[in-house]
Amino acid sequence: MARARSSNSVGIVTPQSLQVAEPLPLDCGKSFGPYELVYETYGELNAARSNAILVCHALSGNHHAAGYHGPDDDKPGWWDKCIGPGKPFDTDRFFVVCPANLGGYQGSTGPGDHNPATGRPYGPDFPVVTVADWVRSQRLLQQHLGIDCWAAVAGGSLGAMQVMQWSIDYPDALRHALVIAAAPRLSAQNIAFNEIARQAIVTDPEFHGGRYYEHGVVPRRGLMLARMLGHITYLSDEAMRAKFGRDLRGGRINYGFDVEFQVESYLRYQGQSFVDRFDANTYLLMTKALDYFDPAARADGKLAQAFAPALARFLVISFTSDWRFSPARSREIVDALVDAGKHVSYAEITSDVGHDDFLLTMPHYVRTLNGYLDRVAEEAGV
Amino acid sequence: MSTDPAVSETGELRADLDIISRWIEPGARVLDLGCGDGTLLARLMATQGVTGYGLEINPDNVIASVAAGVNVLQLDLDDGLSQFEDDSFDVVLMTAALQEVRRPDLLLAEMLRIGRESVVTFPNFGHWKPRLSIALRGVMPISRAMPDEWYDTPNIHLCTVRDFERLCRMLGINITRRHMVNHAHRSTWGMRLLPNLLGEIALYRLRR
Repeated sequence: MARARSSNSVGIVTPQSLQVAEPLPLDCGKSFGPYELVYETYGELNAARSNAILVCHALSGNHHAAGYHGPDDDKPGWWDKCIGPGKPFDTDRFFVVCPANLGGYQGSTGPGDHNPATGRPYGPDFPVVTVADWVRSQRLLQQHLGIDCWAAVAGGSLGAMQVMQWSIDYPDALRHALVIAAAPRLSAQNIAFNEIARQAIVTDPEFHGGRYYEHGVVPRRGLMLARMLGHITYLSDEAMRAKFGRDLRGGRINYGFDVEFQVESYLRYQGQSFVDRFDANTYLLMTKALDYFDPAARADGKLAQAFAPALARFLVISFTSDWRFSPARSREIVDALVDAGKHVSYAEITSDVGHDDFLLTMPHYVRTLNGYLDRVAEEAGV
Repeated sequence: MSTDPAVSETGELRADLDIISRWIEPGARVLDLGCGDGTLLARLMATQGVTGYGLEINPDNVIASVAAGVNVLQLDLDDGLSQFEDDSFDVVLMTAALQEVRRPDLLLAEMLRIGRESVVTFPNFGHWKPRLSIALRGVMPISRAMPDEWYDTPNIHLCTVRDFERLCRMLGINITRRHMVNHAHRSTWGMRLLPNLLGEIALYRLRR
C-alpha cells in the first residue's frame, strides 16, 4: 500500500482525563482509588472502532507521546519520531492512545498527588504498582473509549513489558503485540542498577521518608544520581565514545574534582534537567515495577507456558548495541513464543546508540515497523 | 548476499518451488531455513494452510517477509537451532542455503531432529557445466544457479549429488524422494538417468 511519508507532526495536543471512582485491585493485595487516568490520543477512531493502537510508556515517559502542548512548546512527545502522519504509527490511519501510568508524575494519579484519605500528598503511602496493575487500568480506559479490541498494543522497554502483559491477561482485546527493546524479566544486574538508583534517592537527606513535598524540598541529588546512573545503561559504550570520547571541557586537565570531561558535564546536565521534570517517588515506583515483572513466575517459571493464553500476533524487535536489554533477552521472548506456537516475527536492528535506540528512526527499524503496521492497517480496514 | 536464488525475479513461483509445495501436506507446521523474502512460505500459507516460521539473516529479506505477512525470525543458521525442540515441526525446509552454511552436516542433523521430515535443495556442483569449467578452462564455474565469483560467493560448501547422498548415508538420513531440474527448473528424462551429470538443481525429501 502506497502512502505519503512526511515528517509531519500531530500538532498541538491536549491531554484528556478519565476519573475512576471504582478502586483498582492491585497485585500487592490492596486496592487503589478513586484515581485519575490521564491520556492523549492522536488521529481519529474509525466507525468500526478497529484502528486503535495503545502505546505504553517506559520508565521516564508519560501520556505525552507525540505533538506539542502549545505553540511555544519546543519539545515534542517522547515517541514523536514514530507517531504522526506518515510515520510508522500513522495517525492518518490509526487512532493512537497513550495513557500515563498510575504512580507517575504530572499525569495519572501519582505519589505527588493529594491523598483524600489523609489530606496530604500520598508520598510513601502510594501503593507499589506492577505492570499487571497498569494493564488492568489501561483495560478500563479501553472500555471507556468503546474499543473492544486494539489493532495493536506497542511499547519499548518497560512499555514492552506492558505489551506482553496485555497479550497474557486480555488475549482477545488486542490483535497485534509490538514488543520492542524488551526483556522477559530483569536480570540480577538490571535489578542491581535499579537498587543503586533507589538507594541514591532514599539516602538523600532531603528525601524525608518520601514526604519531601511537605517539607518543601526535593531529593535533587539522589534523583540526579539515579538518572545519571540510568542514563549510562541506556547508552552503548560505543555511543559514549563517539559522542564524548575523552574530550575535556576546558581543554586541559585541572587535577581537581570539578567537571572536566565532557561526559561528566553531559551526565550532570541529564541528571539536573531530569530533576525538574520527574518525581523521586515515581522513580522508586517505576523501578520496582520493572524489578517485579516476571510473567514466567506465575507459570512454573516457564515463559512459553505464561504466553499460552495469548492470541495476538507478535513483532519482537531488539537492537544490537542495547546492553541493558540485549538481543539475547528478546530471543528468550521469541523462543518462548515459538515454543507456545504463537505467531511471531523477530527483527534484530543493527544500531549504535544502545537501549534508547527504540526511540530513534534507523531505516531498518522504521521499515520493519512500516512493513508490519501496513498489515495491521489492512486488517483494521484502514 | 544477493536475493534468494530460490525466488524468481518476477515473483512467480518456479517449477522447483511447485514441486516442494506438492511435498508439503496441508496444514503442516513448517520451519523454513533461509526463507528469503518469504515467497515460498507465503505461498504455502495461502495454498496449503501451513503455519510456521522462516529464519533469515538478511535484514532486507526480513523486512520483505514481515511485509508479506510471514512469521520471520532474524537468526543466523550458523548459530545453530538448539532453541527448537525435538519434533516440533512437521517439515524443516531449506532451499538453496545448504551450501552457504558453515557446517551443513550439523545443520542437516539438526533439521531432522526438529522436523519429522526435511526438504533440501542445492545447486549441483557435479553438473557437467561446472565439471567442464574446471576440467577445460581451469576456473571456478559461474552459472545462473551459482552467479558469484569464487571470492565473493556466499557458497562456501558446494557439493555434488553424490557428495550429498554420501553425507546422508553417513548421518543415517533416508532419502525418500529426489528430483533434479535445470536452471529453468524443468526436469528431463536424462536427468533421471544421470542426475549428477545432467541435473543443475537438486531437490531432496528426507526422513530420519
